[in-house]
Amino acid sequence: MARTEKKKDVVLVGFGWTGAIMGIELANEGLDVLALERGHDQATVPDFQYPNMIDELKYGIRYGMMEKPANTTVTIRRSLDEEALPYRSLGTFLLGTGVGGAGTHWNGLNWRPMQSEYRLKSYVTEKFGAGVMTEDMTIQDYPMTYDELEPHFDRFEKVAGISGTAGNVNGKIIEGGNPFEAPRSDEYPMPAMPSTWDGVKFRDAAKAAGYHPFPSPGGIASKDYVNEYNMQMGPCNHCGFCERYGCYNYSKSSPQTAIIDALKRKKNFEYRVNSEVLRVEKSTDGKTVTGVTYFDHKTGEEVFQPADLVILTAFALNNVHLMLVSGIGQPYDPNTNEGVVGRNYAYQITGGYTLFFKDEDFNPFIGTGANGFCIDDFGIDNIDFAKEGFVGGAYWRAGQTNGQPGHTMPLPSGTPSWGAGWKKGIGEWYGHAMNIGAHGSVMSYRGHYLDLDPTYKDRHGRPMLRMTYNWHPNEIRQTQFMKQKMEPIAKSMNPTTLQEGFKKEGAMFDVRPYQTTHNTGGTVTGDDPKTSVLNRYLQSWDCHNLFVMGANTFPQNTQYNPTGMVGGLAYWAVNAIRKDYLPNPRPLV
Amino acid sequence: MRDVPGLPSRRTFLKASAASAAIAGIAAVPAKAEVKPEPVALTEYKPDCLKPSEWAFVMAAVARLIPSDGEGPGAIETRVPVFIDKQLAGDYGKASDWYMVGPYQPAASPLRGWQTPLAPLEIYQQAIPLFDDWCKTTHGKIFAELDAETQDKALTSLQKDEMKIKPELREFFGILLANTKEGYFSDPMYGGNHGMAAWKYIGFPGARGSYREWVGKHNVKYPLGPVSISGERG
Repeated sequence: MARTEKKKDVVLVGFGWTGAIMGIELANEGLDVLALERGHDQATVPDFQYPNMIDELKYGIRYGMMEKPANTTVTIRRSLDEEALPYRSLGTFLLGTGVGGAGTHWNGLNWRPMQSEYRLKSYVTEKFGAGVMTEDMTIQDYPMTYDELEPHFDRFEKVAGISGTAGNVNGKIIEGGNPFEAPRSDEYPMPAMPSTWDGVKFRDAAKAAGYHPFPSPGGIASKDYVNEYNMQMGPCNHCGFCERYGCYNYSKSSPQTAIIDALKRKKNFEYRVNSEVLRVEKSTDGKTVTGVTYFDHKTGEEVFQPADLVILTAFALNNVHLMLVSGIGQPYDPNTNEGVVGRNYAYQITGGYTLFFKDEDFNPFIGTGANGFCIDDFGIDNIDFAKEGFVGGAYWRAGQTNGQPGHTMPLPSGTPSWGAGWKKGIGEWYGHAMNIGAHGSVMSYRGHYLDLDPTYKDRHGRPMLRMTYNWHPNEIRQTQFMKQKMEPIAKSMNPTTLQEGFKKEGAMFDVRPYQTTHNTGGTVTGDDPKTSVLNRYLQSWDCHNLFVMGANTFPQNTQYNPTGMVGGLAYWAVNAIRKDYLPNPRPLV
Repeated sequence: MRDVPGLPSRRTFLKASAASAAIAGIAAVPAKAEVKPEPVALTEYKPDCLKPSEWAFVMAAVARLIPSDGEGPGAIETRVPVFIDKQLAGDYGKASDWYMVGPYQPAASPLRGWQTPLAPLEIYQQAIPLFDDWCKTTHGKIFAELDAETQDKALTSLQKDEMKIKPELREFFGILLANTKEGYFSDPMYGGNHGMAAWKYIGFPGARGSYREWVGKHNVKYPLGPVSISGERG
């Protein structure tokens, strides 16, 4: 039996970073706002409390903070002619759930894309000629400029509480920061975090080689901090439990730490947990949406929630799934290259060197998710694509995030995986290893996309989201380029031994080891409804009272962790909603 | 403050914390916050889910996967078999969190992840008798009765899939090894890592979780031993 709830001005689907941003900004406009969250309620106290939170088995290995695949998952195939199989147990990406979403269990690495990334197709074509793109590459420009987004990046960084060293303030290059970053209007809100020994060793080696190291920017508080919503952060104690964990110390930036407690105090804001949105409902003429239907897990019934404005603020893959199951926008067809929903799915390519130093102590358990030093000398703005034969780039970082031995135990290759040799190996090498990682962009391609699975259904009987993705030769060339450039730096540090982990030609997408949770695209933003789902204000081309947030809006993946861009885009979109849409609801483009 | 049944008092933890704060900066103080009674011997342990033949296999296998000789504790002293039994009896053993709805393609490329219809406990239950049969045919005795050297050979054969186990069971060696290491390194409250011996061996401080003053001490070994979530001090 479906019940109908009282109409709201705004309904938000998902209560993570973008739901919290939309919630507080629109509640501040005086609107009656409701957030629907499929998962449970959670807060720093009692859910992230010390010491129960820092339990590697429960959270780091059994993934206690993640959405259970039993409840929601996707199917995956590597090519159009392969049959997709369910992602039955977690591995390559970890999808969060509950209040705060993935914003609770991230590492905190926070970036703005490089300048070329906002107009990538134009940049590539103008500078190197269209011939450097592979024939199946479907990259495109963002429909807004960096200058338009800049104030919103700045705002997100100040809300989230990001620590870092600016490298370019209004065009002035600042020693010690990233000289290649897009010019910022202001410094980071907090100074950079101190680094552990591995980061400092990398910094010195990179500097000696003529590169430009800078402290890793991250949503980890380096000092006491209060943001514009009067939310407080305290300095981090480097406990080494960021990724896969909630922060017990009010130090890691999260929706809880930065926004949610302030939002909960507003009388015109409400959130309902265990409320899983099944579809967005369209009006009879299909030009607007009327609200959402959700499953109330407490009462076991479907509920219709009418609203004037619907904003999808779930994780990227879930936003795309909702658009597909709701029949909003034309699904993408890779055979005809027509349609838009599901188009331009992309991921992230990572690789690195592990260096072992017999006589040095790294204390790997001392760390944060955004620890250490980076370089951007091989960033996307700094590579000659014509010369190197690929499109893309990567930032590099050395900085230990954790020393949890159950899932972070680097050992020299050749160490047995069990027995006396393994036991000897862990005794010899735990605490004596460090890593340098390259975090690389992934372009979008005709054959990489999301649609509905023809076989597998979720627990509500909806077709599952199907992902078609594999490593593309362009990205393999990019990551092999990074290996070639990283090898001399790694060797210059004189480790006892070292080993590389970069994908090679012919590498197939392996869903088992954790790689990243940076799933992008599927409902991309653009200037042309034939190649985008959303206009420049992240408003649906089809239904003007539907807006969609998240990394699913990226036309291709950037070389960085996506949260900074996701937050900046959310502030950009909500600014347009507040100032332009609410006074006169209509298609903004 | 409510105590968790069966676990040491939370006050024990607080005592341990206060003590460690008081000695911060001073290396290794050989004292325990509280003397805990020794748990039941593994030979007397009554498994939650493993049958006697399965228990005998797990005891014998983990003793080779992480042997007791040489430096550092083995899987037996750290009570890894107890951990495995408890994990298999719980949500992990039943694959409660996983999507376990067909159709299944257990013979798909291993790169595509868990594709067997069986949950971890079922895999142990079905694979152990098959492996014991294989050991009997190949080496003359079931696994637990072989000598250590032959056991190592048999485990190597299992790892390399020389017995050509059916695809539904091909994750067996992988989960056996993973569960063994999990039991070795997880917090003692899950039954393994007894006395935090594995943490002490490698130098992991467990649930201390506070290192602000140590971030800038580069290339200097952290001096304190581990604490557990329930408040033991190693």
